[in-house]
Amino acid sequence: MEAIILQFLNGLDKGSAYALIALGLTLIFGTLGVVNFAHGALFMIGAFCAVTLQKILSLSKVTIDPTKTDFLGNPAKVKTPYVQEWFGPDVGAFIIDWSVPLALILAVPVMIAVGVAMERGLIKHFYKRPHADQILVTFGLAIVLQELIKYFFGANPIQTPMPEAFKGSFDFGAAVGIDPNVIIYPYWRLIYFAFAMVVIGAVFAFLQFTTFGMVVRAGMADRETVGILGIDIDKRFTMMFGLAAAVAGLAGVMYGPINAPNYHMGMDFLVLSFVVVVVGGMGSLPGAVLAGFLLGVLESFASMEAVLNTLPGLNQIIIYLVAIIVLLTRPRGLLGRKGVMED
Amino acid sequence: MLGLNKKDTNLLIIVAIMTMLAPFLLNPFPEGSALAQFNAGYPDLMQRFVIFGIFAMGFNLLFGLTGYLSFGHAAFLGVGSYAAIWMMKLLTMNVIPAIIMSIVIAGLFAVVVGFISLRRSGIYFSILTLAFAQMSYALAYSVLTPITGGETGLQPKPNDPRLLDPALADGVTPRAGLFGLEMSSSTELSIGGWVFTFNAGYYVAAVVMLIAFYLSIRIFRSPFGMMLRAIKSNQQRVNYTGLNSKPYTLAVFVISGMYAGLAGGLLVAMDTQVGPERMFWTASGEVVIMTILGGAGTLIGPVLGAGLLKYMENILSKINKGVIEGWFAWAPDGLDSVLIYTVNMFVGKQWHITTGVIFMLVIIFLPGGLVELGKRGARVFRRRDRKGLGLEPDAAKQRNAAE
Repeated sequence: MEAIILQFLNGLDKGSAYALIALGLTLIFGTLGVVNFAHGALFMIGAFCAVTLQKILSLSKVTIDPTKTDFLGNPAKVKTPYVQEWFGPDVGAFIIDWSVPLALILAVPVMIAVGVAMERGLIKHFYKRPHADQILVTFGLAIVLQELIKYFFGANPIQTPMPEAFKGSFDFGAAVGIDPNVIIYPYWRLIYFAFAMVVIGAVFAFLQFTTFGMVVRAGMADRETVGILGIDIDKRFTMMFGLAAAVAGLAGVMYGPINAPNYHMGMDFLVLSFVVVVVGGMGSLPGAVLAGFLLGVLESFASMEAVLNTLPGLNQIIIYLVAIIVLLTRPRGLLGRKGVMED
Repeated sequence: MLGLNKKDTNLLIIVAIMTMLAPFLLNPFPEGSALAQFNAGYPDLMQRFVIFGIFAMGFNLLFGLTGYLSFGHAAFLGVGSYAAIWMMKLLTMNVIPAIIMSIVIAGLFAVVVGFISLRRSGIYFSILTLAFAQMSYALAYSVLTPITGGETGLQPKPNDPRLLDPALADGVTPRAGLFGLEMSSSTELSIGGWVFTFNAGYYVAAVVMLIAFYLSIRIFRSPFGMMLRAIKSNQQRVNYTGLNSKPYTLAVFVISGMYAGLAGGLLVAMDTQVGPERMFWTASGEVVIMTILGGAGTLIGPVLGAGLLKYMENILSKINKGVIEGWFAWAPDGLDSVLIYTVNMFVGKQWHITTGVIFMLVIIFLPGGLVELGKRGARVFRRRDRKGLGLEPDAAKQRNAAE
């Protein structure tokens, strides 16, 4: 029992990441009808926003402290980050410690700008081209972005630690009144899950309760009619691309402390997120979220020891296996709309 | 000749001559000169040209003719490689059984994958093939370690059973060969400052490639190929005509998988090793890039694309900062560091950026790839000639009026 709860919880954080990326992918597909293979790269760029901010914050002024010596007996060089100099040591240290949450503020405008630039600069020209061309050009873009990140940040993962306050784990068992010390769950993963829920909720609320969102939904249902009514739907769809990029970027920022960002994290997540979108149903936002969590949790269950003893290697292939079964038995995906991309 | 029309015969003959003379053609710069680093005439790279040419040719039969974009083709290459290495471990180091087995096993695997994946089309087909390839990769990496050697992969060992081969003397490593001709053996010919290497493995692979190329021409020109093009242009209409398109797509999928398996088998015949990373989805992406770069749906395009990509991979990645500094030694201070920094971004370890950029440019501006580039170039020349000779006065007049 405890093991099952634990695996369920473990699945949630990965599921959250899948759901967030898949949500963005679906937004783009639903609005613009574009299959965006570069979406994983956006996730990665988000993570590297956190890395960049952390590097900027820890830029240091080197002073020579004559009272101390290093191991060779020379006067020791002391590094003081500029932020500590400006805001005092305590506030400065606090800012550095909280660099990952602070990166969220940086990531939103950066990601929206990247998304809008991508849509206006490249993807706009591909609306009339076949899906295969869209896949290929965004695949090319993903390679370029990934390699640029590798060039500037190196091939090794870069740690982006979480704030000190969130280190440690939450004893889930003790909280609900079963054995303590059995179900232990890191705080940050809990935060990641909560964060994902907030972002997903915000996106849905935005689409459901604002006029802008209403127009976008109308455009998703029937683009032409909305255009005839005199609404500049293209502009709004471009904004939605920016929003989707921002969602992927935020997911990336927050994922940094769970897995140190590296240049190929985007591609790793992209393949799985695509599978998630297809399982959920192309163009269905609730489907993407549901399938994201579902596959995250399933993957986690499949890596339980008891399962692996009977079916070794299942954790590696479970997502693909589910995708194959869903695609063959329910062509439009779990929650897909009838008639959308069913062939 | 051989059931080909004149144009195709000429193409085949040109390709045959080019591949046979490749050691000369790819080594245009004398040894030791500054440009020698751009020579591609060394055995390892030449083998890769023709082997990946076969791989891309097979992929093109599927994608170029039917429009089905498979994102998991490397799985067949990998399966073919594993089949070949097992033949070398169990039967003989002769490459023929290894190559035949790689084709057969990859074909069987393609029947299974194709039967399931081809029930869907478009993006779903891409995802399904990708899913199968990633599953094969994951399994080869973990659970199937007894068969695949896991992360380390497989090599023929001196103490493998090898039923048909005589036992090896102590300390002799097994080498792949063709009836005594070792794949890695080369003869060198030096003329003046030039050194040309003739490698047995390359010529074996080149002959196989020519056969594969001939078959691909035949498939392109056959009624079967016509049927596949019909499926590409409008599958629904084909179905409404009362034709079942499934057997055709499945057949070409299997043929395409066999080409990939053949490429895998040849890779093993050349370097006698295999690892699961050969099946990773980036390897599948690579063959997509090759085919598009050269020109999908054309006969020679994929081979050119494979050559271009492998050339860039090997040559660009060899250029390091020191080399670039040498190039820009003439530039004034300040400018040279800017130039070096910019160029350095695209070569050496970063060669992927270059391929990515070129790939994007090709898709955006030149969907027909290198072949279309050649055609456009030829058209420009032809037009200029005709204008000069006054053969097209009416058209030219009209054009001038319109402008």
